[in-house]
Amino acid sequence: MSDMSAALVLDKHAGIARELIAFAVGKQEFCIDVMSVREIRGWTPATVLPHSQSFVRGVINLRGAVLPIMDLAVRLGFPPTEAMGRHVIIVVQVGSQLVGLLVDAVSDILTVTDADMLPPPDVASDMAKKFVCGLLAIDGRMISILSVDNILPERDDGEAQ
Amino acid sequence: MVADAMDSLRQIFFQECEEQLSELESGLLEIQGGGADDPEIVNAVFRAVHSIKGGAGAFALEDLVRFAHVFETVLDEVRKGRLTTSDNVIETLLRSADVLSDLVRVARDGGTVDEGRIRACSDELAALSGVPAPAAGGADEADDGFADIGFTPVTVALPVFDDLDVTETEPEGATEYTIVFKPYPSLYSNANEPVVLLRELSRLGEVTATCDTSAVPCLDEIDPEGSYLSWTIQLRTEQAEDEIRSIFEFVDGDCELAISNGSGSSESAEPVDDEIEALLARVRGEVEGAPAPEVASEDNADAAFGSFGNSLLPLEQPEAVEATQSTQPATAKPAPQPAAEKPESTQPEAAKPAAAAKNDKAATPEAAQTIRVDLDRVDRLMNLVGELVINQAMLSQRLSEAGLSRSSEFATGLDEFEQLTRDIQEGVMAIRAQPVKSVFQRMPRLVREVAAATNKKVRLVTEGEGTEVDKTVIERLADPLTHMIRNAIDHGLEKPEVRVANGKREEGLVRLSATHRSGRIVIDIADDGAGINRPRVRAIAEEKGLIQPNAQLTDEEVDNLIFLPGFSTASTISDISGRGVGMDVVKRSIQALGGRVSISSRPGEGSTFTLSLPLTLAVLYGMVVTVADQTLVVPLTSIIETLKPKPGDVHGFGGDSRVIALRNNFVPLVDVGRELGFRSEAADPGDGVALLVESDGGGHSALLVDAIQGQRQVVIKSLEANYGRVPGIAAATILGDGRVALILDVDAVVAGSRVGNLGQEAVLAMAG
Repeated sequence: MSDMSAALVLDKHAGIARELIAFAVGKQEFCIDVMSVREIRGWTPATVLPHSQSFVRGVINLRGAVLPIMDLAVRLGFPPTEAMGRHVIIVVQVGSQLVGLLVDAVSDILTVTDADMLPPPDVASDMAKKFVCGLLAIDGRMISILSVDNILPERDDGEAQ
Repeated sequence: MVADAMDSLRQIFFQECEEQLSELESGLLEIQGGGADDPEIVNAVFRAVHSIKGGAGAFALEDLVRFAHVFETVLDEVRKGRLTTSDNVIETLLRSADVLSDLVRVARDGGTVDEGRIRACSDELAALSGVPAPAAGGADEADDGFADIGFTPVTVALPVFDDLDVTETEPEGATEYTIVFKPYPSLYSNANEPVVLLRELSRLGEVTATCDTSAVPCLDEIDPEGSYLSWTIQLRTEQAEDEIRSIFEFVDGDCELAISNGSGSSESAEPVDDEIEALLARVRGEVEGAPAPEVASEDNADAAFGSFGNSLLPLEQPEAVEATQSTQPATAKPAPQPAAEKPESTQPEAAKPAAAAKNDKAATPEAAQTIRVDLDRVDRLMNLVGELVINQAMLSQRLSEAGLSRSSEFATGLDEFEQLTRDIQEGVMAIRAQPVKSVFQRMPRLVREVAAATNKKVRLVTEGEGTEVDKTVIERLADPLTHMIRNAIDHGLEKPEVRVANGKREEGLVRLSATHRSGRIVIDIADDGAGINRPRVRAIAEEKGLIQPNAQLTDEEVDNLIFLPGFSTASTISDISGRGVGMDVVKRSIQALGGRVSISSRPGEGSTFTLSLPLTLAVLYGMVVTVADQTLVVPLTSIIETLKPKPGDVHGFGGDSRVIALRNNFVPLVDVGRELGFRSEAADPGDGVALLVESDGGGHSALLVDAIQGQRQVVIKSLEANYGRVPGIAAATILGDGRVALILDVDAVVAGSRVGNLGQEAVLAMAG
């Protein structure tokens, strides 16, 4: 579903240059649309939430708002990040919610057109199906384009009410 | 787009209806309390109904218009002094106010109204006013024209009119005026309506109106927004010309208006005192923003204002001349007073402008300067202020860490900053604060209904209505208060005959009062009934298995049994209370607000229920504790006491659960760290601290935490906004070190620990 909507977005912007923010998680490179990024900040220890899914790192104080932090490594199927001062939180907006994504480092901002984008390969990986909506091949690097819509945990507990 | 605009207008209308309804009710109650002599109150009541009717017409709410009209007619009779406000009349009026508010509610939210009740009420009203109630199908004559086109112009009822109308008692003898009234199209486009003006005129005296239709063009030439009609009105009245002019005050400039005494035309003006003429010319000049015109050019003055101004001259003249000089005999008026009263005769005349000025003055502060602000904006401000408080706490923590002395410039500057922060916080909270009046006002109606249903006579006294508390608290206060007042009347007060037999007044008294006490609002609901029947309460609790038959209970403990779930003392289930969802629901909802309920009762003298609530839901007093290296906040309102468990006090109970011995009771021990999944191994009670808490339904539990850090006021932050609900956690907050701390949901944690565990009855039976 979200792959489709992301694809539609790509179509709509066909021929128009888009800016993507690239970052590293584990040994791989990913990027997200710069338009969904609200800010980038250094790592601060998060307060653990009880009964949360493994990729929910906890919550931090973002100027008075309570910001949940997702460990993108765990979300994408890598081992948990050993978070330290040099790690980075990318604050993205998903719908009306703000979410912090814990990543290893932000590398650069890419300006691409849809001609540069490749469809995601048909691999069995859960991660590829759920979160990756396209690929970029730039200077021999392979960068996966993430769709942020699915990063948040399914709100089964919250919506059950 | 248009629908949106209409929607928002509707919304504003209903908001205003709420305000008008509460004004109506409080006005009627004031009249009941002996304020019938105050024309201000009667007028306010009339205005309230009138405004609702006007607005309802604009939205084609026919039922509402019809009823409001009948209601208004009666109030008009009262206002004119033709109907005295006896107890019966007031009761009918109060009931009508209830019906009116039902109709407003139905118009807003949909649903059905009890047709019979409305019918009965409007018949009753009709009987009072002597005007037959309009048939349900058709609107009455006066409003027919408007109802058909679905629009009723709202007459702007200014106190000025009404005051004059009521206070005007000078016997001046009737004078005949000829009024020529020719509206411009702008009059209609400003939503004025000649019929309303004519009707207003008819209130002054005998009116003969002739409509001049000669200017109406052929149909194909008609401009739908044009104005073609004019009226010539013969008015025979005892009122002064000022009155007539004041009716046209709002269409000033939107019409051609000429008022003259007798049959004389305004153009053939009487000789005018030069001084006054000059003064008027200057006034006109100022209004027009131009230099004062020559007196001579007056006749040639064109445009709407000029001709209106001209026609004003003769009006002003006799009045003004008499008032200021008292030399020239009033040409237009019949010689009014007998000679004997001559010396006094100038006084009322002179006093009149002063009185009018006073009325104007009185009217000004009435229009209290308020703005409607989106609650979201206030909340955002509130958030920012909360942030400021945290930031300031962080700053002062850093400063003390840096080892700066208390007397350094930084420290004093920070003190001032702290003071300012606190002032801002108070200021913002004051924006959200509202008087409890809005809730208290709903209670008289409730009392009337419950009293009628139980055949008891009840007088409700409210005190401290101006006590302010946060809007969210007010909103959630209505239900518990409703319950408690019902209970006070249904269970608390005795039947009238019993009261008389006991030497009490037949009429029971329920007192509802609010006060501020040490940063909290305290609300008392007191009745002078029989008090809590303790042997009976005890017997019922035993019968229902809530306590053990031989349990030793103090009076206070017995009183508190009524808060247990499933407890209901009414032997027959009445409509009013006794659905078995009585006091336990009240207690729970008050606790959810961070409040407490307590009872004091004396047999034969009555009971008092006391609610103590925080002034705001944005901050909370909490105990900051450590659990498995995490910092948590436990709301102080749910903590009864803290204790350090001794190794021998804790016993295993069944497979996995533990209880702690507390005096002579065993209370379940809830390991918070395990409950929240912070650790898998059970904590050693000897290393921790137990918090004795009261949870859902009054059961006691002990929460085991590692350590207590302290108590403080925390700003509540939503977890839902960016994440979602977390089981066992009520909300989050930010502590002085800038870190997020979670606020424990005590009820949920205790309930979670009970699943497949101790049943509540078992706990209670044991506690007994």
